[in-house]
Amino acid sequence: MSSFLSIRNLNVKLAQGTPILRSVSLDVNAAQVHGLVGESGAGKSMIGKAVLGILPKALHITGGEIWLDGTDLLTLPPSERRKRIGAQAALIPQDPLTALNPSKRIGPQITRRLVDILGWSKADALDRALELLDEVHIPDPLRVMRNYPHELSGGMRQRILIASAFAAEPKLIIADEPTTALDATVQKQILRLIAQMQKRHGTALLFVTHDLGVVSKVCDSLSVLYAGKLVEQAQMRRFFMSPIHPYSAALLAATPTYADPTGSLTPVPQSVIDTVEQEVAQHDMRHQS
Amino acid sequence: MPLLRTVLLRLIGTAITLFGVAVIVFVVIRVVPGNPIAMMLPPGATEADIARLEALYGFDKSIFEQFVIWLTGVVQGDFGTSISARQPVSHLVLNRLPATLELSMLALTIAVLAGGSMALLGTLYRDSKTEGLIDVTAGMALSIPDFLWGLVLILIFGVLWPVFHISGRISPSLNIDFTTNFYLIEALVRLRFDVVGDLIAHMFMPALALGIPLAAIISQLLKQSLKETMHLDYVTLARSKGYSERNVILREALPNAILPTLTLVGVQFTFLIGGTVIIERLFSYEGLGNMAIDAVINRDLPLIQGIVILFALLFTLINLAVDMLYTVLNPRLRHA
Ligand SMILES: Nc1ncnc2c1ncn2[C@@H]1O[C@H](COP(=O)(O)OP(=O)(O)OP(=O)(O)O)[C@@H](O)[C@H]1O
Ligand SMILES: [Mg+2]
Repeated sequence: MSSFLSIRNLNVKLAQGTPILRSVSLDVNAAQVHGLVGESGAGKSMIGKAVLGILPKALHITGGEIWLDGTDLLTLPPSERRKRIGAQAALIPQDPLTALNPSKRIGPQITRRLVDILGWSKADALDRALELLDEVHIPDPLRVMRNYPHELSGGMRQRILIASAFAAEPKLIIADEPTTALDATVQKQILRLIAQMQKRHGTALLFVTHDLGVVSKVCDSLSVLYAGKLVEQAQMRRFFMSPIHPYSAALLAATPTYADPTGSLTPVPQSVIDTVEQEVAQHDMRHQS
Repeated sequence: MPLLRTVLLRLIGTAITLFGVAVIVFVVIRVVPGNPIAMMLPPGATEADIARLEALYGFDKSIFEQFVIWLTGVVQGDFGTSISARQPVSHLVLNRLPATLELSMLALTIAVLAGGSMALLGTLYRDSKTEGLIDVTAGMALSIPDFLWGLVLILIFGVLWPVFHISGRISPSLNIDFTTNFYLIEALVRLRFDVVGDLIAHMFMPALALGIPLAAIISQLLKQSLKETMHLDYVTLARSKGYSERNVILREALPNAILPTLTLVGVQFTFLIGGTVIIERLFSYEGLGNMAIDAVINRDLPLIQGIVILFALLFTLINLAVDMLYTVLNPRLRHA
C-alpha cells in the first residue's frame, strides 16, 4: 500500500522555541481514512494546518518532511507549494458557520478555485458545483448557489463545505473535527456523508477528532497524539483489540462505548499521564541543541 | 421596501436637523456683536441712514419675526439677499458649491487611494518593519492638522520646488468658457486635458492637505480591520485553496473588512469638508469655505445662514449616502 501523505519527523515550534509538534511521523494511505485523536491542545489541528500550509504566523516548521504524492512539500518554493496543495488537498473545516465568506454567494465560493487555481472553464466549474451539491443532498442546488451563507443552516453549510472540498477531486482531504460544531442529529448525517463521499471518490482522508467512537466507525487506521508527540500509530482492528501504549489504552477505557456501556467515564490515570509526560520530556532533551 | 422606509425616515430626520441648525445659526449670529449695516455704509453715515437700511433688510424687527420671514422664504427656495454682494444668497452659494465639492472629492479620492494602499501594504507585510513604518507615517500624518499640512505643502511645492500653483482655482490666462461651475468635471468631459492639468495643479496642494489626515485614519482603521479578518476561518480556508496572500487579502478579507471602516470614513469626510473653510482661505481657492470667511468678516448674515444650511445639508446627505452604501455592501442587511 502506498501512502499518499507521509509526514516525517515534523517539528513545529512557537517563535520563542516552545515545541508544538514533536518529531511527528504519520502516514495516510491512498483512498483510506486515517484518524488523528488526542485531547484538546494536543496539536491535531496544527498537523493538518502544517500539511495545508496554513499554520498561524506565530508557528514555524523547524524540521522534517511532508511528502504529498511523492514530493516533499517543504522543499518546494512557496508559490509552487501553495498551488500543489490547492490542487491535491482540501480542508473540511470545523465550524461551518465561520468557514464561508459572509459577503459572497455560495456559488462562487465553490467554483472560484476550480477556475482560478485549476484553470477550468466557468461552465465546467458551474456544472461540477451543481453535481457536487446534488451529491451532498442539497435540495434545489441552483437556488442555493445564489444564497449567501447567513441564509443557510449550519448543516447545509457543512454540506456545502464538503461539496466544495470534493469539487476538485483532491487526493487528500483533511477533516478537522467536521461535526463538533453541529447538533447531535446533524452530526450523524454529516459523518455518514463524509464516509460515503470518501469511498465514492477514493480520497485519502485525515480525520481529526477527539472521539474514539467516531474513529471506530469511519477509520482504517489511527494515530494518537499527546502534547504534540505521537504516542501510537496503528491499524484500526489491532488498536481496538490491543493498544500498545498505556495512554492509548487509557483513552480507550475512557470511551464509554467500549469500556462501560452505562457511560461512566474513567479519566486517564495520573500514572499514565506521568509516563507520557516523561516521554515528552525525554524527547525534548534529545532535541535540544 | 424597508430601504425606502429607512430613507424616508432619514429624510424627515434630516429636515428636523436642518431646522435646528437654522435656529441656532440664526440666533447666534444675531447675538454676537457687529452691525452688518453699519459696516456697509461709508464712515460718514448718519444714524438715520443706518436705520433706513436696517428697515430695508428687516433688521428692525424682532429675531422671531425675522426668523419667520426668513424661513418662509427658505421653504420657497429664497435664502434672502447677500448684504455685501447684493445678490441672491442661493445664487452666490450654488455658484461656489461646485468648487468646494470638487476639492473635497479630490481630497477624498487621495485619502482613499493613499490610505487604502497603506492599509493593504501593512496587512501584506503585517508584523514586520514595513508595518511599523506605515504606523509611524500614519501617526505623523494624523498629529498635524490639515491647515499646517497646507503650510508645509506650500513650503515644499510652492517655494522650494515650485511645481504647483499656490493660489486660485484656475489660471486666468486659460482660454475656456465653462457652462457649469464644475470646472474639473466639465474639462474632463470636454477632453480639455490642458485645462484638467491646470485645475489639478491648483487643487493638488489644498486637496492633499485636506486628504493627508483622512488617509492616515483610513490606513489605520482599514489595516486593523483587515488584520482581524485575516484570522477568520474563511480566510484560512481560502488560503488552503492555493490563493496567494495578496489574492486572499484583496478578494476574501477586503470586502468584509471595508464595512466597519466605511461608517467612520463617512463621518471623517464631513470633518474634511469642514476643513475646506480654512484650507480654501489659505490657498485663495474660490469655494464655499472661502466665501464663508468673507461672509463672517462682512457680518453678511443672510449669506452666513445660507452657507451654514448648505453645509449642514451636505453633511446629512453624506451620512445618508454612507448608510445606504453600507446596506448595499452588506448582504446580511440587504436581505433582512
Ligand atoms: N496562533 C497560535 N499561537 C500560539 N500557539 C498556538 C496557536 N494556535 C495554536 N497554538 C498552540 O498549539 C497547540 C496545539 O493546538 P491545536 O489547535 O493543534 O490543538 P488541537 O489538538 O487541535 O485541539 P482541539 O481539540 O482543541 O482543536 C496548543 O497548545 C495551542 O496552544
Ligand atoms: Mg483543533
